Amino acid sequence: MRPNIRTEADRSPEFARWITSLPGAEKIRECMHCGLCSASCPLFAYMDYSPRQLMHLGREGFRDDVLGSFTIWLCTSCYQCTVECPRQIPVTEIMYALKRRAIEEKVYTPHLPIPVLAREFRRMVTDRGRISESWLVMKLLLKTGVHRMFGMVGLGWDLVRTGRFSLRKETIRDRGDLARMLEAVGSDAEAVS
Amino acid sequence: MKKLAYYPGCSLSGTGRAYDESLRAVFAALGEPLEELDDWNCCGATSYMSIDKGKAYALASRNLALAEREDADLLTPCNACYLVLEKTRRHLAESAEMGGRVRHALDAVGLGYAGVVRARHPLEVLTQDIGVERLKEAVKEPLKGLKIAPYYGCQIVRPYATFDDQYHPQTMDQLLKATGAKVVEYPFKTRCCGASQTGTLPEVGLHLVYRLLNEAKARGADVLAVICSLCHFNLDVYQSKVRREYDLEPIPILYFSQILGLALGVPAKKLGIDRCVVSATPVLERRAAHAA
Amino acid sequence: MLRENGFGSGPTSGGKTNGAPVNGDPPIRIGVYVCHCGTNIARTVDVERVTEKAGELPGVTIARDYKYMCSDPGQELIKEDIEELGLNRIVVASCSPNLHEGTFRGATAAGGLNPFFFQMVNIREHASWVHEDRESATDKAIDLVRAAVRRVHHHKALETRRVPIKPEVLVVGGGIAGISAALTLADGGKHVYLIEREASIGGHMAQFDKTFPTLDCAACILTPKMTQVRNHPNITLMTMTEVVKVDGFVGSYEVTVKHRPRFIDVSLCVGCQQCIDACVYKRGKFEDEFDAGLSMRKPIYLPNAQAVPQVVLIDPEQCIQFSSGKCKQTCVEACDRDAIFFDQEERIETLDVGAIIMATGFQTFDARRSPHYGYGIYPNVYTALEVERLVNASGPTGGEIVLRDGEKPTAVGIVHCVGSRNQKSNPWCSKVCCMYSLKLAHLIKEKTDAEVYNFYIDMRTPGKGFEEFYQRVASEGTHLIRGKVASVYQQADGDGELLVDVEDTLAGMVRRIPVDMLVLAVGLEPRYDAEEVRRTFNITCSGDGWFMERHPKLAPVDTFTDGVYLAGCCQGPKDIPETVAQAGAAAGQALALIGRGYMELEPNTAQVIAEDCSGCKTCIPLCPYQAILHDDAENRAEINEVLCKGCGVCVAACPSGSIVQNLFEDTEIYEEIEGVLAYA
Ligand SMILES: Cc1cc2nc3c(=O)[nH]c(=O)nc-3n(C[C@H](O)[C@H](O)[C@H](O)COP(=O)(O)OP(=O)(O)OC[C@H]3O[C@@H](n4cnc5c(N)ncnc54)[C@H](O)[C@@H]3O)c2cc1C
Repeated sequence: MRPNIRTEADRSPEFARWITSLPGAEKIRECMHCGLCSASCPLFAYMDYSPRQLMHLGREGFRDDVLGSFTIWLCTSCYQCTVECPRQIPVTEIMYALKRRAIEEKVYTPHLPIPVLAREFRRMVTDRGRISESWLVMKLLLKTGVHRMFGMVGLGWDLVRTGRFSLRKETIRDRGDLARMLEAVGSDAEAVS
Repeated sequence: MKKLAYYPGCSLSGTGRAYDESLRAVFAALGEPLEELDDWNCCGATSYMSIDKGKAYALASRNLALAEREDADLLTPCNACYLVLEKTRRHLAESAEMGGRVRHALDAVGLGYAGVVRARHPLEVLTQDIGVERLKEAVKEPLKGLKIAPYYGCQIVRPYATFDDQYHPQTMDQLLKATGAKVVEYPFKTRCCGASQTGTLPEVGLHLVYRLLNEAKARGADVLAVICSLCHFNLDVYQSKVRREYDLEPIPILYFSQILGLALGVPAKKLGIDRCVVSATPVLERRAAHAA
Repeated sequence: MLRENGFGSGPTSGGKTNGAPVNGDPPIRIGVYVCHCGTNIARTVDVERVTEKAGELPGVTIARDYKYMCSDPGQELIKEDIEELGLNRIVVASCSPNLHEGTFRGATAAGGLNPFFFQMVNIREHASWVHEDRESATDKAIDLVRAAVRRVHHHKALETRRVPIKPEVLVVGGGIAGISAALTLADGGKHVYLIEREASIGGHMAQFDKTFPTLDCAACILTPKMTQVRNHPNITLMTMTEVVKVDGFVGSYEVTVKHRPRFIDVSLCVGCQQCIDACVYKRGKFEDEFDAGLSMRKPIYLPNAQAVPQVVLIDPEQCIQFSSGKCKQTCVEACDRDAIFFDQEERIETLDVGAIIMATGFQTFDARRSPHYGYGIYPNVYTALEVERLVNASGPTGGEIVLRDGEKPTAVGIVHCVGSRNQKSNPWCSKVCCMYSLKLAHLIKEKTDAEVYNFYIDMRTPGKGFEEFYQRVASEGTHLIRGKVASVYQQADGDGELLVDVEDTLAGMVRRIPVDMLVLAVGLEPRYDAEEVRRTFNITCSGDGWFMERHPKLAPVDTFTDGVYLAGCCQGPKDIPETVAQAGAAAGQALALIGRGYMELEPNTAQVIAEDCSGCKTCIPLCPYQAILHDDAENRAEINEVLCKGCGVCVAACPSGSIVQNLFEDTEIYEEIEGVLAYA
C-alpha cells in the first residue's frame, strides 16, 4: 500500500495543465466539492477515489494516483455526474480522456479486463467494421484468464438456448474504405508523446 | 416525416435479436416498414472512445454520412449508439478541429457530411411522428392487467435530453399506456444498469442490476420494459447470477417494442418473446387468462 | 463632414461663430493638468510625455503633471495657476468625469472662472486601465488631451439651472425594507406614499415565526411596525397597487399608479370577517398564498391574521359572483357596514414625488426547477418557506411540525443551496439560507425531537452572532453533513419515507439516509418581473437580474438614475438586519436630497435659433421628454428648458441646423474630433 502522504515531488504540473486544458475541464478549478458527482454515481461504492476526489487530484497534478485509480475504469458513461454538476464540469468526458491517457501510458492494472475489452473491441471494429459479440466475449475471456470461462458456461448456454448466440462473423462490405478513413483521420493531438 | 434509415447496431444482430425482430414487426404493423441503412458500421460505443477520440468520431460519422447520402435520419434503437451518434453530430458542429479532421477522413473515401442527419430513437419517432393516437387505434389486443415498470436507462436522456424529460421521461410511459397496460411508478427509470461493467466486473454490475429489479418488484411490476439492447442483456441474462447472490423473485425483461407488438396482435414468435432468458410466457399467459 | 482647417477657425454651422475666439476677446490661455492617479495611470501612461506634448499645443500656457489631481493640493494647483498665470481655460486629464468632473469644475470656479471653461479627459478608464502597451497608451492619451485642448477653446460661460425638489417620497414595496424606509422618512417629516402590490404589507418576514440569529418572534417585531405605518400621519399606504409609469426626473417625478379592485371599501371594512363565515363556500377551497399553499381559504378572505390593513378582499377569479353573476351574495348580507362592492374597478392615479425608494424584495427559487429533489412529486418534500409556515404559531398547523398525513416527522433532512451556487440555475450564493436552515434545524429539533440532517456545501455564517448560533445548533446534535444531495426517492413500501443519497465529503463516502421529511432551502432570486420594473423606473440590473447599485462600495443604495434608491433584497440577497440598515441608508439619501430643496441641473440644454427655424416640426415628435412646442404665431419650435434633458436628438435631427446645444455645440464637437485625428 502506498503511504498516505505526498510531497510536492509527487505532483506533475504537466499533468495538472493537461487535465485542465481538456475541453471544458478548466472548470475543475472551480469545483466546490459538493460531492454531487460521487453521490449520483451508480458505481461509487466500488471506487477507490470518488469522482470528486479524482477531479481534485487531477487539478493538483497527482498523475500517478489519478491514472492508477480504479475509478476511471469503473465509469460506465451514464453521464449522471455531468448532468448534475453545479459547476458544469464534464466529468464523463474527463474520465474518457483519463482512460485514453492511461492506455497510452500503459499505467493500468494489467489484469483489469476493462482496458483489454476496449482494445479487443477496437481491433474488431477496425478490422471488420462491426462487433460480433460472441467472438468479442471469447477473446476477452482468453486474454483475462480462462478461469472466468467456467463462470460463463451457464450464461452461454442461456444464450444458445434462446437463439442469441451467433458465431457469424459480422462484417461490413466496404472494409477497405473503413481502413482508409480511419487512417486519414490522423491521431489525437490531445495525447501526450 | 423525414425518411428514416434503420440503424440496428451490432448487438441487435446478436444478443439483442428480439429487439430487432419486434421493432421491425411493430413498424410494419403501423404501416411504416423499416429500411436498413446500407453497409452501416459499428458506432464505436464507449470502448472506442476510451482509446482514440478521432477514430471514434470518424467511425460514428461514417454512418451519419451514409444516411446523409440517402437524405435520411437514423432510426437508432440502442441507447449507446444513439448517444454516440448524437454526440458526434454535436461535436463535429462545435469543434472546428475535429470537424475538419473527420470531414477530411470521409472525403478520402468519397463521403461527405454537411451536418443535417440526426439520430432518432424509436420512442421519439413513435410518440412524435406516428403519434400515440395512431398506436391506440391500431391496438388489437389490449394488455389490460399487465403491470409494467418502464426503464429508460442512462444514455437516452443524458447528457442531452433531446426528446424527453431528463428526470421524469414520459415517452415510453405514454406508449405502454396506449396498449392498455398499467405503468407503475418506477423511480429508477433513468438510473444506470451498469451494462458495460457486469461482464467485466460482475460483483459491481450485479448489485446494480439487483437494485433495479428489486425496486421494480417492490412497485408491483410484472415485467420491466427496456429500450436498449445493452440494458436488456444486463437485466435479463445476468438475472440468474443476481438471484444466486440476492434474494429476488424473477422478473421478465421485455423490450417496449415487444409489448407494443403484442398489443398490435403480432404473434409472440415474431416478436422474439421466447428469446428472453427469464421467460415472459408465464406472466403473459396469466394476464391473458385473467383478462379472459 | 470634416474639413481641414487651421487652428481656431473651426467649422461653423448656420453661419454662426459659436464661441470661437474672435478679435477683441482676450487671448486663450489654457492650463493642462495630467494626473498620475497614484500608479493607476502612471504605470501604463508616460505622464511626463503627455504633459510635455500638451505644453506644445497652441493656446496652452502651462502643462503640469501631478500625483493626485483630485487631492486638495492638486485642486489648489489649478486655482493658483488661474490667479497667477491668468488662465481662462482648464483641461484635466485623469479619471472618468463620473467621478471627478464636479471636483475640477469646482476648482475652476474657485479660481474665479466660470466652471464650464473646463474640460475633462479620461486617460484612466480609456487608456491606462484598458491597454497594456505603454507606448500606444501614451499616444492615445496625447490624442485625447489634444482633442480636449482644441475643444475647450470654444467653451462658453454657462449658468447651471436650479429646480425645486418635491418633498414627497415614493416607496415601492411594503416588505421590511419598504416599511423601515417609509417610517424613517415619515418620522423625518416627509410625506411618503408606500405602495404594495399585495393586499397586505409585511413581505416575506411576515410569514416567519422566528428569526435568526436571536430567534426573536418575527410577528412581535414586525407587526408593531406595520401598524405604525398604517397610523402614521405622514404615510399614505396603498395596497394592491402597482406603478405603471414614471415620468419626470430627479426632484420632480410624476408616477402613475394602478389600484387593483379589492371589491371591499377599505375605509368601511373593519376586518370582522363575518362575510368570510357567511360565504357560500362552507370550507376553504383555494390554496392560501400566505400559507405557501398549505391551507385552504375562501374566495373572500383576510390576507393573514396580522394583515395591515385589516381588511378582507375578494378574488374575482374564484368568487362565483364573478364567474356566474348568480351568487346568493351571503357575504353582502352579512356585512353590516355595507363595505362590499362587486362593481369596484381598477383605478389610475398620479403621484408627484421628489425621490423614489425601490424595495420590491425577492422571490424564492422554484424547487421544481431542480427535479431530482422530487418537489411536487413526493408529498414529504417541502420548501423552506412551507416549513416556515409549519413552525409558525399562526400557521396552518398552529405551529405543530407535522407531515401532510398529520404524523410527526422522526428524521428530517435539510438541503442547503437549492437553486443557488449552480450554473444551471442561479450561480450566486443566496446568503441567508445557511442561517435559516440552521434556524429550521433548531426549531424542528425543539418541536419534534427528530433526527435532523443539514446537507450543506459550505457553511456560511458570517455576521454578528451568527457563528455563535451555528455553534449552538451544532451542539444540539444536528447532523452536519458536508455534501449536496444527489438523489431522493420514495421507497415503495415506506409510508412516504424518502431515501436520500449524498456524499459525506468529509468522510469520503456516500451515505444513504432515510428521512420522512425533506426541506429544500430554496435560494433567493430576483422577482419574475424585475426586468419590467427596472424599465419602468429606468434603473439598471446586474447580469444576474438584481437591481444594480451605483457603486458596489461607495454608493450601495443609489442607482444610476438620480433620485431613485434601493433598499432590501431587490438589490441582492440579504438578511433582515442588513435589509433594515440599507432601508435606513436609502431613506437617509432621500432625506439628504429633499433637504437640499433644489437640484442643480447641467446647463446642457438645447435652444432653437429663432431666425433660422423654418417651423418644419421634425423635432417635435422626436423629443423623448415632450420638451418642444410649436409656436404657431411665429411658426417656429420652442424648447422648454426645464423639461429638456440634453439628449441632443433634436439637434441632430434639425434639417436646417437651427438647434444648438450647450456643451455640445458643433464647433466644440468638430474641434474635438479633429483634435483626436490630428496625431502627428
Ligand atoms: C425561508 C426564509 C427564511 C428566512 N429567515 C430569515 C431570518 O430568520 N432572519 C433574517 O434576518 N432573514 C431571514 N430571511 C431573509 C428575509 O426574508 C429577507 O431579508 C427580507 O424578507 C427582505 O425584505 P424585503 O423587504 O427586501 O423583501 P420582501 O420581504 O420580499 O418584500 C418585498 C415586498 O415588495 C412587494 N412588491 C414586490 N414587487 C412589487 C411591485 N412591483 N410593486 C409593489 N410592491 C411590490 C412584495 O409584495 C413584498 O411585500 C429568510 C428568507 C427566507 C427565504
